[in-house]
Amino acid sequence: MFTLAIRRDDWSLHRKGAIDQARHMEKVKEAIKRNLADIVSEQSIVTADGKRLVRIPIRVLEEYRFRFDPEAGRQVGQGTGETKVGDVVGRSGRRGDRGMGPQAGDEPGIDYYEAELTIDELGELIFEDLALPNLEPKRLRELQSETVRFTDIRKHGPFANLDKRRTLRENLRRNARRGWPRIGDFANEDLRFKTWERDVKHESNAVVIAMMDVSGSMGTFEKYVARAFYYWMVRFLRTKYDRVEIRFIAHHAEAKEVSEEEFFTRGESGGTRASTAYELTLRMIRERYPPDSWNIYPFHFSDGDNWPSDNERCRELVEELLACVNLFGYGEIRQGRYAYQSTLMHTLQRIGHPKLVTVTISDKTDVYHALRRFFGPELEQEVARA
Amino acid sequence: MREMTPSLVRELERRIERIWDIGQQLGLRPLPVHFEIVPATVMYEIGAYGLPGRFSHWTHGKAYQVQKTLYDYGLSKIYELVINGNPCYAFLLETNTLLQNTLVAAHVMAHADFFAKNAYFAETRRDMLDIAALHAERIEQYEFTHGKLEVERLLDAVLAIQEHVDPSATEAAGPPPAPQVSRASSPYDDLWRLDQRPGGQQGPEESLARRTSLTPNEPVRDLLWFIHEYSPVLDDWERDVVAIVRAEMLYFLPQIRTKVLNEGWATLWHARILHELDLPLDEHIEFARLHAAVLQPAGRRINPYLLGWELLCDIERRYGFETLFLVREVESDVSLVRNYLTEELVERLDLYLYERRGDEFVVVDKDWEAVRDRLTNELGGNHIPVIVVEDGDYAGNRELYLRHIWDGRPLDLPWAEKTLEHVYRLWGRRVWLETREPEGNESLVLSFHPREGHRRHS
Repeated sequence: MFTLAIRRDDWSLHRKGAIDQARHMEKVKEAIKRNLADIVSEQSIVTADGKRLVRIPIRVLEEYRFRFDPEAGRQVGQGTGETKVGDVVGRSGRRGDRGMGPQAGDEPGIDYYEAELTIDELGELIFEDLALPNLEPKRLRELQSETVRFTDIRKHGPFANLDKRRTLRENLRRNARRGWPRIGDFANEDLRFKTWERDVKHESNAVVIAMMDVSGSMGTFEKYVARAFYYWMVRFLRTKYDRVEIRFIAHHAEAKEVSEEEFFTRGESGGTRASTAYELTLRMIRERYPPDSWNIYPFHFSDGDNWPSDNERCRELVEELLACVNLFGYGEIRQGRYAYQSTLMHTLQRIGHPKLVTVTISDKTDVYHALRRFFGPELEQEVARA
Repeated sequence: MREMTPSLVRELERRIERIWDIGQQLGLRPLPVHFEIVPATVMYEIGAYGLPGRFSHWTHGKAYQVQKTLYDYGLSKIYELVINGNPCYAFLLETNTLLQNTLVAAHVMAHADFFAKNAYFAETRRDMLDIAALHAERIEQYEFTHGKLEVERLLDAVLAIQEHVDPSATEAAGPPPAPQVSRASSPYDDLWRLDQRPGGQQGPEESLARRTSLTPNEPVRDLLWFIHEYSPVLDDWERDVVAIVRAEMLYFLPQIRTKVLNEGWATLWHARILHELDLPLDEHIEFARLHAAVLQPAGRRINPYLLGWELLCDIERRYGFETLFLVREVESDVSLVRNYLTEELVERLDLYLYERRGDEFVVVDKDWEAVRDRLTNELGGNHIPVIVVEDGDYAGNRELYLRHIWDGRPLDLPWAEKTLEHVYRLWGRRVWLETREPEGNESLVLSFHPREGHRRHS
């Protein structure tokens, strides 16, 4: 006995797979968030442009179970003929250390998961709760930026706003429903129009002044960390704020303003006088960013190897700066045998001002912590209390 | 791009009738089959979930995503999918060509015959499709009552040990063999009876029964069952989730145990039946290509279609057509390989043993007996370590003591530790796992409790 029937159901409302897939992606993002400190300092990401996809190995989503050690023992394989003892029949999926823990990506096969995200998506995760701390409304030139955003699609509207692509798609869809999957025979119900909203943002002016030590004592690691920090900071500011100006200052024994590109690529050498950068910042503020109309955020990254005779001058200048800025951030990169505090750090910390925030970086993963220290919600509270 | 237009569907229907005629004449006795034409997304969903309408969990979503990605990049395509049941449900991809779906239908017929006749399927639930839908409904209800996250965490834990059921236990045969309980484990047990309160709500007798059976005389293979029965912490609804996962696992287990034989059987028959169909020449060429693709070695990995097909062809050559039917009735993958894999076949299939050396996988042995012995360790569910319950009242403290039955293969210890955390979620007391050091000589006991973390006792 057998029965036979061919059926064809409408599965268009069937979405379970997609829903569970979405939950899976949510878990992937949670996993990524737990590993942000490692990912933020990832060289391949910092040097990439925003369009690129980054592949992030995730081990958290493995479905743990009792299993035999896949690395141990022998397994049965199958060749296409004439395989001999000693033949190499494959390579393991082990990759170089990607900064994701000791066993990153050593597992060939299905249990090893790599998430693919664009840098923008990654940025969203990193910047989620970051903000410019202590932002104040300022008197002058208070910006009312008005932007038009096309946010919605409707079935009626002026023809100038016709969304041609969607209209074609609707037409095709309707025809397909009638069993004629072609474009043509347009009807009113196919038409789709874009509509927009006016976005009015009240925003205070803000300027971030990024200072970086490019002297000879800054080694590869130090430069890398400073740039990684600024890379994410710039990205963060551009993502979250439409109207933030960013100026770049590179200094060794003297300071000068440089373009963004130069800032991120050029190497220099020579001795270090941090005071020159602070002087330039003060001049910039006096000439272009009067504190009564600007929120000002100077940041400085250095290895702290400053000329000892310069430290006192630095202290005076930073105190002067603190009187007119919203936050002054100083990041010091100390590694290995230099992992004690420099005299510059010591000098600055003695100032003990609530708007002066310092951070010491001795490991790549500290870049993320520095971002959180300067822009995270905890700081906002600290400054508010002060 | 729909290949299966209404007129092609009618043609396919005609062909399936022919296929059934031919198959029956040749001796196949399949369960009734319902065919359904579906879009790719539905195909991947069913492939990922194992059954249509099965409960929601992110691991299913992960499998779905993998399937979908492979399809989107043109790397892999599920051609056929058939659900064991009465009737069986077979899914045909709407983007398949007529010939592809013809071949799938013949393949499906042989699977339906295998489900009906193979001994390991004798006790499977043929109404699992409906049962699974009811399971999904209950789990959804629990999500509503206890919160999605709570249910998800529970499922995370249960699924981590879902493979550890007793393969000989089936739903149809009633509850699994109860662990043999020593009711007289101490000479003074009978004294308790003196204390019995007539009509008491839970007299000492009952609690004694519960206590003694926590320590089975024989190790219990069915970890899920033991947890379902004796976990000191699970609520009723949580026990139900354990039972659901266990029931579904028992349904899938025969398929895991007969993968090679079942696929070999279906491949043998789709080839034979399609030869009997009078296909036009161009379709005949398409068939030859497709059949060759199915039997393509999979680059180091064992292709179950190829292995099963070669074994069955060899059996027919050596023992005749009738023996094929006997084999499909009584063998599993392990017994098939154990009884019928020969030196010539190992040679012809170019099977070998390899191991990892540094970053490379290197062939280390071609001895056919070594290959055969190792193969039986990988097939038919033998890739799952055997873990038994030794004691559910360990240290007199209702701790759970598990033992890994050592067969020379070391456990993945970091994974075992992670899995123990899941077991703890289900047991709520300290959990133990006895195994051996990777070298195999020294005994090694792992334990986990959240307060003290993971410990290793030598």
